Amino acid sequence: MSTITRGRALRGLFAVRGRELPVPVAPGDVVAEARDLRVRLGRRDVLGGPAGGPGGGVDLVVRAGEVLVLVGPNGAGKSTLLAALAADLDTTGTSGRVQIGDRPAHDWSAPELALRRAVLPQAATLSFPFPVEEVVRMGRAPWAGTAAADEDDAAVADAMAATEVTEFARRPFSALSGGERARVALARVLAQRAPLLLLDEPTAALDLRHQELVLRVCRARATAGDAVVVVLHDLGLAAAHADRAAVLHEGRVVADGPPAEVFGGELLSRVYRQPVEVFPHPRTGTPLVIPMRTGRVRTVSGGHGAEGDR
Amino acid sequence: MTATTTAPVRESQPRGATWLLTAALLGALLLLALLSAGLGAYDIPLGDVLSSLQHRLGIGGAALDRVPESVLWNVRLPRVVLALLVGASLGCAGALMQGVFGNPLAEPGVIGISAGAAVGAVASIALGLSFLGNWTVTVCAFVSGLLTVLLVYAMSRSGGRTEVVTLILTGIAVNAFAGALIGLSIFFADNAQISQITFWQLGSLAQATWPKVLAVLPCALLGLAVAPFYARKLDLLALGERPARHLGVDVERLRVVLVLVVALLTAAAVAVAGIITFVGLLVPHLLRMANGPGHRFLVPGSALGGALVLVAGDLAARTVAAPAELPLGVLTALFGSPFFFWLLRRTRRRQGGWA
Repeated sequence: MSTITRGRALRGLFAVRGRELPVPVAPGDVVAEARDLRVRLGRRDVLGGPAGGPGGGVDLVVRAGEVLVLVGPNGAGKSTLLAALAADLDTTGTSGRVQIGDRPAHDWSAPELALRRAVLPQAATLSFPFPVEEVVRMGRAPWAGTAAADEDDAAVADAMAATEVTEFARRPFSALSGGERARVALARVLAQRAPLLLLDEPTAALDLRHQELVLRVCRARATAGDAVVVVLHDLGLAAAHADRAAVLHEGRVVADGPPAEVFGGELLSRVYRQPVEVFPHPRTGTPLVIPMRTGRVRTVSGGHGAEGDR
Repeated sequence: MTATTTAPVRESQPRGATWLLTAALLGALLLLALLSAGLGAYDIPLGDVLSSLQHRLGIGGAALDRVPESVLWNVRLPRVVLALLVGASLGCAGALMQGVFGNPLAEPGVIGISAGAAVGAVASIALGLSFLGNWTVTVCAFVSGLLTVLLVYAMSRSGGRTEVVTLILTGIAVNAFAGALIGLSIFFADNAQISQITFWQLGSLAQATWPKVLAVLPCALLGLAVAPFYARKLDLLALGERPARHLGVDVERLRVVLVLVVALLTAAAVAVAGIITFVGLLVPHLLRMANGPGHRFLVPGSALGGALVLVAGDLAARTVAAPAELPLGVLTALFGSPFFFWLLRRTRRRQGGWA
């Protein structure tokens, strides 16, 4: 069972026996999977509709080497689906199957899950003012007592460099702005070096530059062979960086495929209840999604511009 | 071994500061404990204290005269040892509780655990219970302390977090209820019992004896020994429950174990010394300001710091108004609360809030 047989004297003494280390997977392999998933929280059917209702529950496959983006309006069930893939939901109110690696999600122990998936929550909070570097180092906790603990320093340094937080490594987390905190939280998740990354709105608090940076980091992790699932609101970002996009609507996946195929004006207009235009970028050809706006643009800019110029 | 040698340079400096602070705390504690053993209504010079200690340990020295020897070994030393144990328990319990609640204002006294434990102790005195002999009061304090911890925990949490306001208000409610139960016990008690109960309410080490030390020793040592093993996990818990779970912490088990440890430590302290507040709040606070919030230092450091504060407090309680003796709990609250105010404002200003 245990693969930590050549543990060093002291480390081996405190190592958790029977903790199975993750095995490497090839690009394209399924690392997580939801099948016929239905989730009921309180009195609301959040995912998949009522049990025994029309249509199946939610099906979603997450593959290694791929950036999968979950999009959809508020309350469509994106975060719940992500939580299900993270094995966060308890079994009451949940039916169907969630698989992580080669086992049902709830068959893993908490320490084993921590070696297999890293999760970025929507809001990053911290009860005590730990310095930034220590927060990032917390991401290495799952590997304590394994051979991979030797990579701790490198993993922390890499993660901080990738998210551009190295310059405030020694500042307390509580003294950072919202966007800086979000990047530190992401650095912690990256430092965990889990083969499955689940990120809930990692760009929500970020400026333009760092939104792009975060998605490039996701891209890089996917290229390195990890599976990345990202909840996004910005459809332009999603279209530009995702290998695959799943559109959620009222607790169901209504479309799943490459963004260029999935992001159709008709579908998005219906799902978001807001008419949108989709057209290819003149240079790159990636779809751009813009809300349909009526022609007041000229009068507003013309009027103000003329006044201001004088 | 390799991990420590290849660690980057920036790591080594804080670690050095941690060792320095630990050494300073230990040194101050040792010095103060020796001083405290010597000072009082009957002064024993420091040299004599050392000599008598050496004699009993069988490493030289000499026994003192009958009176100083008796004062030292039957009055002073049990009291100093009890102060060490109670202080360490309270400091450690404070650090653990703040970690578990994820809230720097959690403390056994403030949120009513001490009062809850005192209810058990006081009720057992008022009802004249003695089903477990010497252990009765300790066990009763432990059971009611544990119930109070669970009650506060269940009432003050929502959505996996404990808001400052909820926690403090819960504390007020619990303290009020415990106060009423203690009042009820006083109402039904006779005069001798009332004076005993008053002692519990005010907090004091005046009744220290070796049997009392022995009664509290297992609880305190068990709690103090278990606590440091959870330091790393408490660090992770600062991220919140879900993120801690994502990092492999079995949060439910961690909470259950630590709530039990807090109840154990608090009950041990309350059962022999009554309600002594603010030690568990101030000590972790000060140490966090001095050396950062990492629990690997904070938990054992708070035990050391708590012991230091209580030995000093007890020395002051005995000597400041000699020959009268101030209640220790009154003294700590007298100094603790204004200091706490100051800390509160200062920390809040510096960090821009608590969360």
